[in-house]
Amino acid sequence: MARFSVGEKVRVRAAFPPTPPTHVRTPYYIRGRAGTVERICGAFGNPEELAFGRRYGPKPTLYRIRFRQIDVWDGYQGDAEDCIEIEIYEFWLEPVEQERAA
Amino acid sequence: MSSTPGPNEPRAHEHGHEHNHHHDHDHMHPYDPNHKHPNRPDQDDSMTYYKVMESAVRELLIEKGLITAEQVQRQIEAMDERTPANGARIVARAWVDPAFKQRLLESPKQAIAEIGHDIGPMHLIVLENTPEVHNVVVCTLCSCYPRGILGLPPDWYKSRAYRSRVVREPRTVLREFGTEISANREVRVHDSTADMRYMVLPMQPAGTDGLSEEALVSLVGRDAVVGVVEAGKGGQGSPAAE
Repeated sequence: MARFSVGEKVRVRAAFPPTPPTHVRTPYYIRGRAGTVERICGAFGNPEELAFGRRYGPKPTLYRIRFRQIDVWDGYQGDAEDCIEIEIYEFWLEPVEQERAA
Repeated sequence: MSSTPGPNEPRAHEHGHEHNHHHDHDHMHPYDPNHKHPNRPDQDDSMTYYKVMESAVRELLIEKGLITAEQVQRQIEAMDERTPANGARIVARAWVDPAFKQRLLESPKQAIAEIGHDIGPMHLIVLENTPEVHNVVVCTLCSCYPRGILGLPPDWYKSRAYRSRVVREPRTVLREFGTEISANREVRVHDSTADMRYMVLPMQPAGTDGLSEEALVSLVGRDAVVGVVEAGKGGQGSPAAE
């Protein structure tokens, strides 16, 4: 079952696996950034395990997360509505607490 | 003086200066028949690690009777048959048939099968360009590309420059392709990092409403389906002409 639902706000873990060999499909530039779930793609083999020939583990849910470009890049030049959508596996995501006091 | 110096050794010819630089022609000298430069190295003669690996595995599989050489050949031919013309046919059909377009956006594999094309196991997402949103596709991690409908990716799509720049300054990169997106139209970048593949459904160019589906096909180039140009605006030319 998918842990997050469409429209939910999530944050990409700011994790930087230190010791090779590792295989990571979460781009460096998006770690630690917050966005919203655009869609749930389904459950897929975990590439971080498949890369080492381990084919029989659990299949994590894959999401497409939409980020505002101005939340991703300092000094982004473009429209405030511009966004980037990225496929991210569930174990890279954590919930965002509703920001108190806006 | 050696008659056959190695590629990195200085050549025997006259220079009026100390000769400890690379032997490019960043200097001028008069014609000298004895002045030789190393040949440019051939690029087709090296069996790299992976080429050796591929040959060894393929030959073993054939030797053990698991596959045949004909099957390998047929698969290579099938891959070569995938061209941007497939993408152009899909787009043109969506322009002339709104019900098809709806099915294409909702379940791409089934819709594309209607026009006789099997995209195989690819999980395709179709991104519709509108007056409000322009979509562009990249794979920052490697070079994931919807080969089932566009064939092999162009070299620029795999370049580090495109992959690193289109995510952080998409409007500038699009401008370099000749595509100006107005300030209040959203640019939406899609980073193809995992199991999905993407095609952009470009907007039909203005003034082409009366054209036949066949004529519309010729307006859709590969680059419009990746999202770096708008349909009918050049790019790499029409696939029908390729």
